[in-house]
Amino acid sequence: MIATFRIPGAGRLKQAETARFSFDGQSYAGVEGETLASALLANGVHLVGRSFKYHRPRGFLSAGAEEPNALVEIKRDSARRTPNVRATVQELYDGLTAQSQNRWPSLAFDVSALGDIASPLLSAGFYYKTFMWPKSAWKNFYEPRIRAAAGLGVAPDQPDPDHYSARFAHCDVLVLGGGAAGIAAALAAAETGVRVILADEQADFGGSLRFESGARIDGQDGFAWAQGAVAALKAMDNVRVLSRATAFGYYAQNFVGLVERVSDHLQSPGRELPRERLWQVRAKRVVLATGAIERHMVFADNDRPGVMLASAARTYLNHFGVAVGRNVGVYTANDSAYAAAIDLKKAGVGVAAIVDLRDHPTGSVIDEARALGIEVNFGRAVIRAGGKLRVSSMTVQPKNGGGERTIPVDAILMSAGWTPSVHLFSQSRGKVAFNDETKRFVPGTYAQDCVSVGACNGTDGLSATIDEAYAAGAKAAKDAGVKNAGANTVKGIKPKVDASESWSRGMLGAAPGAGPDTTVKAFVDFQNDVTAKDIRQAVHEGMRSIEHVKRFTTNGMATDQGKTSNMHGLAIAAETLDKPIPQVGLTTFRAPYTPVTFGSIVGHARGPLFDPTRKTAIHPWAEPQGAVFEDVGQWKRAWYFPKAGEDMHAAVDRECVTVRKTAGLFDASTLGKIEVVGPDAAKFMELLYTNPWEKLEPGRCRYGIMLREDGFIYDDGVVGRLAADRFHVTTTTGGAPRVMNHMEDYLQTEFPHLNVWLTSTTEQWAVIAVQGPKSRDIIAPLVEGIDMSDGALPHMSVREGRICGVPTRLFRMSFTGERGFEVNVPADYGQAVWEALWAEGQKHGACAYGTETMHVLRAEKGYIIVGQDTDGTVTPGDAGLDWAVGKKKTDFVGIRGMARPDLVAKGRKQLVGLKTKDPKVVLEEGAQIVGDPKQAIPMTMIGHVTSSYWSENCGRSIALALVTGGRGRMGETLYVPMPNGTIEVEVTGMVFFDEKGERLNG
Amino acid sequence: MLLIRCPYCEEERPELEFRNAGEAHIARSADMAATSDDDFEKFFFIRSNPKGIIYERWRHMHGCARFFNAVRDTVSDRFLLTYKAGEPKPAKLPGAAE
Repeated sequence: MIATFRIPGAGRLKQAETARFSFDGQSYAGVEGETLASALLANGVHLVGRSFKYHRPRGFLSAGAEEPNALVEIKRDSARRTPNVRATVQELYDGLTAQSQNRWPSLAFDVSALGDIASPLLSAGFYYKTFMWPKSAWKNFYEPRIRAAAGLGVAPDQPDPDHYSARFAHCDVLVLGGGAAGIAAALAAAETGVRVILADEQADFGGSLRFESGARIDGQDGFAWAQGAVAALKAMDNVRVLSRATAFGYYAQNFVGLVERVSDHLQSPGRELPRERLWQVRAKRVVLATGAIERHMVFADNDRPGVMLASAARTYLNHFGVAVGRNVGVYTANDSAYAAAIDLKKAGVGVAAIVDLRDHPTGSVIDEARALGIEVNFGRAVIRAGGKLRVSSMTVQPKNGGGERTIPVDAILMSAGWTPSVHLFSQSRGKVAFNDETKRFVPGTYAQDCVSVGACNGTDGLSATIDEAYAAGAKAAKDAGVKNAGANTVKGIKPKVDASESWSRGMLGAAPGAGPDTTVKAFVDFQNDVTAKDIRQAVHEGMRSIEHVKRFTTNGMATDQGKTSNMHGLAIAAETLDKPIPQVGLTTFRAPYTPVTFGSIVGHARGPLFDPTRKTAIHPWAEPQGAVFEDVGQWKRAWYFPKAGEDMHAAVDRECVTVRKTAGLFDASTLGKIEVVGPDAAKFMELLYTNPWEKLEPGRCRYGIMLREDGFIYDDGVVGRLAADRFHVTTTTGGAPRVMNHMEDYLQTEFPHLNVWLTSTTEQWAVIAVQGPKSRDIIAPLVEGIDMSDGALPHMSVREGRICGVPTRLFRMSFTGERGFEVNVPADYGQAVWEALWAEGQKHGACAYGTETMHVLRAEKGYIIVGQDTDGTVTPGDAGLDWAVGKKKTDFVGIRGMARPDLVAKGRKQLVGLKTKDPKVVLEEGAQIVGDPKQAIPMTMIGHVTSSYWSENCGRSIALALVTGGRGRMGETLYVPMPNGTIEVEVTGMVFFDEKGERLNG
Repeated sequence: MLLIRCPYCEEERPELEFRNAGEAHIARSADMAATSDDDFEKFFFIRSNPKGIIYERWRHMHGCARFFNAVRDTVSDRFLLTYKAGEPKPAKLPGAAE
């Protein structure tokens, strides 16, 4: 198909390559470097989407990021399907595949468009009023139907195969917006030598210079000047230039988030390229040069495909060389639309008429339009657009009423004036001020170190813009505090503006013909289908605040965030409320400025890179042994070691029995370890743990309990005293970081007088637990310099020496109730020492066991696990650990909290053992316990199961539970109600195996 | 993301390096065991949660690891001042609203 709307000689893409693309299955040709919107228009395609609520046919409103209508799905392959891409932003590449959205079965015939006819039922706030009756219909009827009909586009159903990167950057001056103002500010700042970043959301710099054919700077066409200036900036070492980079959020202390679209415009992006790159920039000064966005005219059926902003039509013509029609009409309330008519007329496009709402405008553009033979009408309004899938006519009427005249057109270019883009300024917490003369909100009070220049500051005219921007850029560089840094001693010269255009003034709100006395569909917000009538209705129904009007009507709440609609909506609300605009107020601008992908926010932090994975030194041994691993925090821990044919239960049963019969090896490296060192180390330990430490002899160990100030158990672990001034403290695996933080907090802020150093040594030591009757026989042959006899190395002692020739801290301790050791060696030697111990263990029939067996064995002995058998509301007394609290101590963290009335009251929940009446039944951890199973529901629960296992060594199930007044209930029968029956249990002590503890020395 | 000045490093560093550690200037009694129920309640449970100026503790977790004090305006989220642990509450605040 020949691109029939491409104008020979127009635009800036003359040498560009042809790019073939498809839209809704139809194949077209465009040129590389233009947008999908431009390429479709070149092929005469205006109808590209259906609206959200009424499913009305829609075309292109704009040529930029503010586009509310032309949202399409771009599909690269089955996984790369991106919905809601603005066709006005998407750059064309050869092979691009696009599809329209929100229509069925086809774009031209959409069944849901019946909603347009039924629209009286779908007025403002209809969600809140309809679907209320009957109540039962909501869940089964209304909600599924609404969900099916709602939403824009279809989310991809496969994981995103692309990757996204992120950069932090710092600069002295960050310039946001690369139009005339931004470029001038960047030039001025860059020439002083400070670090400058200039960013623009478009592929090409120049902003409105892309279409403003009347602009001439430094003797050149404005756009050509912009390209030269940006090339000069790029060549400077102190400047970074980012194109296709949208500043989407302005956060505290001049922290700005930008998304750079790196490869969405490429035909086949290489794997090395990220799709997008998130920039997090901290700038000493920010220059906002974000320009202005043209507003549409609010009149009946102003959403017909072919009705678009005048500046958009100019961009398509002057930048892309595409005419948006053959016979266009113009409807305006300011001067800038005249320039569009003039440019199109000069390019050979028919201009049917200019309809100007103003009564007696004067100016050179008006004279020029007339001189070109264009019909110009003053004081008239377009009261209606004709056509359905494409505009076919505009009906014109004197604005105070009178005879109608219908003019055939194939496009209507409209301009109600320009809205300064104060989004980022407002996000920076700056307060906007309303200029009553120009009817614009412009930056008022600044909250951060930034400055607005050019159109976003309400500055009219190119000359004034460049003056302002150049001065602001120089000042920002100076304020950034860098004194003539760098080698750039040559002062720059301010760009000189030779010619420019005027775009001031315009109108806000509904145009004549869409006033309060009408029921026409004059759209304010295209994306959310909000009409002028809806806004008036919201006010009539009692909405007074603009924030309420916004939410009731959803005006400005679509993905375009009301870039074109907010000011019109506000003006209509103000008029209906009969209040001045500033009194009605402006809704808040929030980040992001344009939609941001989840991918760019997530970056590399997904899949295996979402969170670090910690593996012990012994992991490389366990893995090929067939260990099944479980996640414990960030750690991978060997859970059990199944032999061929074993399931988890069989493996755990075998491991449990083997440990108690001969011995087992267990990787305990993940235990938290903290070295507490210094002259006051014992004093510090006295304050941080409930136990007494001063009298613990070097070489001995003690089980320590750490409380919070409130008296509840915070952590526990065995502590070895290596010397008078040195403790080897162990913590729970999960508790290590918070225990370290807790200790540091007290040492630095409450007990700073203590001379103590704390060092986390968790990763320094590999810990190999060897437990069981044969444990000493396994270890002894490998140890040098340590007497391992019971007399020299009794239970709960520690010695330093060597094992396999490497240094060790050898602990005699047990978490199984068997004779046991924990061999600490430097992590680098962990695997080698493990393998040596394993070889010795094999001679004795020892096994390797995992965390599940460790849990069962400790539960058989009633040893608690903090965080499983305690939950942050358990005191040492509740856990049966009163013996570990130093009775003579006058202070430790938690000493006062423990004495609180509720913590010493009777009837607290206490840890006890539970035996099921049927020994084969294993309780569920977390199951609730009741005293009387026949009571009415909801039952009074008196506790819950904290640990529960099958114990092969006991030949029955065992459990620990927190039960109200538990220790007073020994032998009592309690009940655990479960979905398929109530389980009878007997309250017992917590030790199920070797009650006398003889095996510790066995 | 905020920039926070660590009074030990004497540098402004990004918020990512820091952890909040609750309200500042809540002294633990030297004779903790003898504290009354009321005083313990004030010490452990009651926090000011002001709209405006708050004195709070931060830790330069991924830096020098020191705890320090900060004065922050909870309305603007602005840090007015940071100072070392153990130093008294500053009498004058720079840039604070009267």
